[in-house]
Amino acid sequence: MDAQVLARWQFGITTVYHFFFVPMTIGTSWMVAVMQTLWLRTKNDDWLRLTKFFSKLFLINFAAGVVTGIVQEFQFGMNWSEYSRFVGDIFGAPLALEALVAFFLESTFIGLWIFGWDKLPRGVHNAMMYLAALGTTISAIFILAANCFMQNPVGATYVNGRAELTDFGALLTNPFFLVTFPHQIGASFMVAGALLAGVGGWKLAKVAKSAPEGTSHPDADAWRNVAKLGAWVLLAASIVVFASGHAQAQVESRLQPMKLAASEGHLDTSTSAGFAIVGVYTQERDEQGITHVTKVFSWEVPYVLSFLAFNDPNAEVKGINDLTDEYLADGYSAYDGTRTELQETFASELSELSVDPVPNVMVSFYSFRLMIGLGTLGMLLALAVLWYTRKGHVPPANRPWQVLMGVLPFLPLLANSFGWILTEMGRQPWIVMGVLPTWTAVSPTVSFGEVLASMIAFTAVYGIIAVIVLRLFFYFIAKGLPETVVVPEITRDADAPLSFAY
Amino acid sequence: MSHEQLIILWFLLEAVLWIGFFFFEGFDFGVAMLYPIIGKDPRERRVMINSIGPTWDGNEVWLLTAGGAMFAAFPGWYATLFSGLYLPLVLVLLGLIIRGVSFEYRALQPGDNWRDAFDACSTIGSYIVPLVFGVGFTNMWIGMPVAGDPPLMTQGFWSLFSPFALLGGVLTVVLFMVHGAVFLSLKTDGEVREKAHGIVKLLGPVALGLMLLFVIVGNVAYPASDNPFLDPGAGAAALWVIGLIGVAALGFAVLQLTRRHEALAFVGTAVSIVALFAGIFVKIYGTLGFAPADEATQFDMYVAASSEGTLGLMSIAALIFVPIVLAYTIWSYHVFRRRIGVKNIPDDAGSPVPAPAVAGD
Repeated sequence: MDAQVLARWQFGITTVYHFFFVPMTIGTSWMVAVMQTLWLRTKNDDWLRLTKFFSKLFLINFAAGVVTGIVQEFQFGMNWSEYSRFVGDIFGAPLALEALVAFFLESTFIGLWIFGWDKLPRGVHNAMMYLAALGTTISAIFILAANCFMQNPVGATYVNGRAELTDFGALLTNPFFLVTFPHQIGASFMVAGALLAGVGGWKLAKVAKSAPEGTSHPDADAWRNVAKLGAWVLLAASIVVFASGHAQAQVESRLQPMKLAASEGHLDTSTSAGFAIVGVYTQERDEQGITHVTKVFSWEVPYVLSFLAFNDPNAEVKGINDLTDEYLADGYSAYDGTRTELQETFASELSELSVDPVPNVMVSFYSFRLMIGLGTLGMLLALAVLWYTRKGHVPPANRPWQVLMGVLPFLPLLANSFGWILTEMGRQPWIVMGVLPTWTAVSPTVSFGEVLASMIAFTAVYGIIAVIVLRLFFYFIAKGLPETVVVPEITRDADAPLSFAY
Repeated sequence: MSHEQLIILWFLLEAVLWIGFFFFEGFDFGVAMLYPIIGKDPRERRVMINSIGPTWDGNEVWLLTAGGAMFAAFPGWYATLFSGLYLPLVLVLLGLIIRGVSFEYRALQPGDNWRDAFDACSTIGSYIVPLVFGVGFTNMWIGMPVAGDPPLMTQGFWSLFSPFALLGGVLTVVLFMVHGAVFLSLKTDGEVREKAHGIVKLLGPVALGLMLLFVIVGNVAYPASDNPFLDPGAGAAALWVIGLIGVAALGFAVLQLTRRHEALAFVGTAVSIVALFAGIFVKIYGTLGFAPADEATQFDMYVAASSEGTLGLMSIAALIFVPIVLAYTIWSYHVFRRRIGVKNIPDDAGSPVPAPAVAGD
């Protein structure tokens, strides 16, 4: 293993880890703001109690997201200096704008929200959380625009030995970005909805059981309401995710045919291509350094892949073998043989580099299926929550229900992770699709030992933080809703205790 | 604006962002560094933490913006510097991580061990980050060797710790402690405020001596004439003047605090921090803190900069958003302007739930 492979592992570990907190932050910030608004509108203090309960979980998650996010911004330069040098003219701008426009907004207004209960009028205080949530969403716009440039490098040209920006607007109208943004925002709301539904569903069963026969527990309504809210959000978000995911596959089939072929284990170009539910593939690199993929076994449903990719059950889908031959003969191009300006202008430089165009098929194949499978399971559990909480019903306080509700928040969360593993692993061997191979992008001065040392340090610290975050989540979920509520008032008394203190 | 003017503008903005980070987060670091000294009593420590509680996270964004803007405006600088200072930046990141989670998590579980462990992490992280940045920026003052195409740093990790660089590191730590203590004197009441005064009396002169030494050694051993982008005469004069303004401002701060003019003292430490880092940015004007090892290596801010289009776009964005950010940052400090003391600390030893709002939690 060389420093480059290790640097990829480090990026993978730190990014997947950071991304446990990101969709949770985006979705939950909006949901906390909405719950607070429901309190202000309905005057039902249950919503205030729920706001406080879920904001606690949100803030635990937010803190971990913030600190692991700093690593993300720094490690482009630290581990991928030649990538940074090559694309900084384009890729740097959305990152800088993300900090300037989004991060200041989130962190300042989160501070105002946490500490501002007794300092701001209620409506204004509620608006603080909406502004913070807006910040998280704007952050998604910039970071996805940057990532989608790596998937489909638009708005740039190769000049002065690097990629230079020609059209910033193109980053925001990149077909990849237009489908990825709703997909990611939907997926974030799936996570938040699953958290509300899972915690609400579990707590409802638990508190209802603890209430004496013939009475209702004082928290039962609150938990039922939030479980329903979460389930509806999860369902609605699932529909957005499925629709945008389908649109994404259409874009991918045109702009990244190799990623599509790898994620489907599709070896040879064919019409009426089938979708493999399961499959086993091996891959081996020949003396020329080109990977050949062999199918050991697969179980396919005919026509489905052609439909997924082109909305037409009879469409032709290119296979890995043919795409490899095409690449070796003519260099990189999209399905229809076109290239973006950057791909076109860099093509002669690229022809000097030896690139093996095939990604890891098993990783792409199964991350795709896990993403869809886990997301669908989450959606089905949302239906279960709605069924069991209908019209004052109480879910059974038994072991299976407990397990299902405990697992529910993790389903969309892991689906998010697998979606990104698919997106990034399926893009290999490219760091910028069809332009820059990943191995050319690593920092030449950073040694194997340095990457290893930092990787061990980050993994250890991240491991400890994971334990702490889970422990705090379980502690506060077990503790449940705050019992009674004194509605916060603005105070001008200099001697009054702070409404909130660390 | 021409491409060349945009490059100079973005060098200035980069300086402003870093200086903004050191000014704002400087007192946050200082406050956490002082926990074990001023905050021996748990309630007093909570006064300290809550003096920066609502705003530290926003202050840290200055660093992210400085890093992001460097990536966008000077990709070559970002690439060479961040890969060349790999291990120091790992230390910075680890320091920022353990410090950041500690503010949020310290109060979330009952028990002294839990809380004390996080407070220790806050303090340790708050020492590491300024120390490393101080050493790093002093190395930029000295000029770090780069060679090759692409230009890469050739310096080993241990050679970063020259005596002058260590002086810069220690100065940054002590200066931030004083800045933090002055901030506490301004934002808190009661015992914490008095102890903060004591700290400034004790450490203020130390910081003053270190800063004077830094200015003298920096200007004598590594003079402005090292930098081909500076006019030898005017550059040297500027660096001496800026350095001495910093020293004078720090002296002013210590003096004003003994007269209990806390706001004026804060202006003094603020100006001294601004002057220290402004001096460093003047020293690295054009060279970006690098010293090309041979004639073949071409590396300066013009080589490292982004294209005219990107810099122009970023300039427009900065013109629109920087005033907005500054406006709501000021508003946020206004909302939390009240001094806090032990009497303002709620009893529920760190319940994360707003205390008067929720009883019985």
